[in-house]
Amino acid sequence: MWAYLIRRIGESLLILLGISLVTFVLLYLVPADPARQIAGRSATAETVANIRAQLGLDQPFHIQYIRYLGNLLHGDLGRSYLQRTEVAELIEARMPATLLLMLAAIVVELILGLTIGAVAALKRNSALDQTLMVFSFVTISAPQFVVGILLLYVFAVQLQWFPIGGYGTFAHLVLPAVTIGLLGTGWYSRMMRSSMIDVLAQDYVRTARAKGLGRLRIILRHVAPNAILPIIAMIGIDIGLFMSGIVVVESVFGWPGIGQLAWQAIQRIDIPIIMGVTLVSACFIVLGNLIADLVAPLVDPRIKLK
Amino acid sequence: MTKTLMTSALALAAALGAAQAQDFTEAKQGGSMIVTYKDDVSTLDPAIGYDWQNWSMIKSLFDGLMDYEPGTTELKKDLAEDYTISEDGKTFTFKLREGVKFHNGRELTAEDVKYSLDRVTNPETQSPGAGFFGSIEGYDAMAAGEADSLSGVTVIDPYTIEIKLSRPDATFLHVMAINFSSVVPKEAVEEWGQDFGKHPVGSGAFKLADWTLGQSLTFERNEDYWHEGVPKLDQITFEIGLEPIVALLRLQQGQADIPGDGIPPAKFLEVTEDPAFADFVIEGGQLHTGYITMNVKMPPFDDVKVRQAVNMAINKDRAVRIINGRAVPANQPLPPTMPGYAPDYEGYAYDPEAAKALLAEAGFPDGFETELFVYNTDPNPRIAQSFQQDLAAIGIDAEIRNLAQANVIAAGGEPDQAPMIWSGGMAWIADFPDPSNFYGPILGCDGAVQGGWNWSWYCNEELDAKAVEADAMTDPAMAEEREAKWREIYLAIMEDAPWVPVFNEQRYTMRSAKLGGPDAIFVDPVHVPVNYDYVFSNDVQ
Repeated sequence: MWAYLIRRIGESLLILLGISLVTFVLLYLVPADPARQIAGRSATAETVANIRAQLGLDQPFHIQYIRYLGNLLHGDLGRSYLQRTEVAELIEARMPATLLLMLAAIVVELILGLTIGAVAALKRNSALDQTLMVFSFVTISAPQFVVGILLLYVFAVQLQWFPIGGYGTFAHLVLPAVTIGLLGTGWYSRMMRSSMIDVLAQDYVRTARAKGLGRLRIILRHVAPNAILPIIAMIGIDIGLFMSGIVVVESVFGWPGIGQLAWQAIQRIDIPIIMGVTLVSACFIVLGNLIADLVAPLVDPRIKLK
Repeated sequence: MTKTLMTSALALAAALGAAQAQDFTEAKQGGSMIVTYKDDVSTLDPAIGYDWQNWSMIKSLFDGLMDYEPGTTELKKDLAEDYTISEDGKTFTFKLREGVKFHNGRELTAEDVKYSLDRVTNPETQSPGAGFFGSIEGYDAMAAGEADSLSGVTVIDPYTIEIKLSRPDATFLHVMAINFSSVVPKEAVEEWGQDFGKHPVGSGAFKLADWTLGQSLTFERNEDYWHEGVPKLDQITFEIGLEPIVALLRLQQGQADIPGDGIPPAKFLEVTEDPAFADFVIEGGQLHTGYITMNVKMPPFDDVKVRQAVNMAINKDRAVRIINGRAVPANQPLPPTMPGYAPDYEGYAYDPEAAKALLAEAGFPDGFETELFVYNTDPNPRIAQSFQQDLAAIGIDAEIRNLAQANVIAAGGEPDQAPMIWSGGMAWIADFPDPSNFYGPILGCDGAVQGGWNWSWYCNEELDAKAVEADAMTDPAMAEEREAKWREIYLAIMEDAPWVPVFNEQRYTMRSAKLGGPDAIFVDPVHVPVNYDYVFSNDVQ
């Protein structure tokens, strides 16, 4: 167990290093000169050269990268070129909003996904089952941008049940959380359905039924727990899925998280912010996967950590 | 350098009616408003801020020696109580207002003015506006890092400052009104260092009360502001991160008062045609021109006939229609409201047949293949497609290259990359209302360098010399002559046709019924986008 953990953490660090290198290379190759962006449109060539030197952008690639890694080891993510603020400070200020949104989205997808999946499995092959499965298919396929705008329009603009974007109260949280959560809902309901059908066919369920236990009791005591376990193990992987979703959803709803920060930075090619957000999200994804792998054997003893 | 960065916009708005002027100076103080923006406020450091969002916020937090009458492009004295200009136009002496206090309570003096100018021109500050101060004596030594103080700026006494120029500069008073010359207190800058932009201390009408990164900013009225009766509001809340469409929906439901990014094109017709809101829609001009550049260093655009033919081939009316008529067709580089504009000039009329003939004359009877670079956000690709059709009609096969903004700008800054660029979303908007501001970096030889903004790589030494002559006319009595000289320069440029001027965009915004004030301050040409200091609340009248 411990050896496994240490090996996995080592692997994770290597992955993060790889991600940092790839991102750094890509941003290095972008044909936009940060020094020119900072210097403004009326600057002379000397001013631009001066700023380039101050930022160390005149150094060869490997020096720049090693310098970045060195700072990273000290926990220094650098200073945004355009916001002129510490990247760590910007991410820290926005992290709580993103975490809250992810947590809420997990709750949404679990409640909706598990319920829909269970109902569909119990009413297998009925019209209800088919409707629910079409619904789950739609939620998987629909672009989150469209879903977000649609929810916003129907529930905030027309019905006025929720505020139109923004941050602060529980009401603000609902629509963005549902938008992100719906994607997972589709996956979860399908997994829950097949998992339930699987469990319903198990011998112990037949035995329980033969013992004369009530239908509800069988479902709650014997079927549901066994069907849910493999799904719980998936939550860690979801975090990676969310990271791609939050960029879009946070922008649509004006949610002040790191997705919005990333989106703005990408549009303006603010390299230190893009690097910082990429690394932080990569950490989450790697961590999420690690947790998923560690949880899996607890859920299903047949899985062995090697 | 994003669209917003570029839009340190100045626009000429309708002149203030006398009656309006009356009711807004006498409006009672009190109340509050909510202004929304999509993008983060990057910094409130006046030496650095150059965005759409922070431009007028900085103007409300800080003061400079000069400013403009609200809603107009008319210069007025601000921290300067008076000023004199020497005979040769090279020495400006400013007398400061006494008793002006920074938000930290300390009195503002001439030393602070000097410190602020030294700071903004110091290369370590990395100010995007440092270049504006190029005419001050000692600037070159500062820019080269050889001095830590401008030799031309002298404190005569606590309320008098003298600024010597190395060359006469007719635009210098405008430079003293630009954000970059705002006065900052040394002790606060030193206390916060690089984070001064997050903890701004100025002498302006408002002071920063709260800043929640990525979410909101709150400005509170500066009770000790020297200008009595200003500002009108007690508090302004800026909500950040709202898409323009969302912002407008909020305004319609009474959850916001001004959409800082204006009315988005997608909602334009709906809002302007809705009787409930049409009265609150405000239109203003801006000192903007959208243009197509043709790289005169890349054949076949090195042939003036080809460039003139393209000028005749572009259907500008259709381009205007694509953006719902939110612009007027242009025929010269300067926008109509800029001094120096030639109202009688007819430009190149739309005439595909004549264009074809001219192209044949230039040796391209069957046209040629080329590339049109364009910033990839709506509506620019659609406009580029319209140009593509126009060009196809005279036999030119233009491939559209949709790219991120920074990439288009980078390609334009290389001598052999982009044969044609549509400037949409990146177009030049003047920093101050003077014709010279449309020349140097985008049409003069200074800008025709690697990494420059002169994307047509047009460099005419003769016109450069004329431009220098024009800017040496500092005597206000010669203003008209100077304007005429600039007009000649721009018309000469049109002969050489390095650009196709396409249209001048108009600005459209809204206010809630709760707010009052003349329309012009909501589309203020200088305090862009809104002159917050003079907006008042109908709730307290």
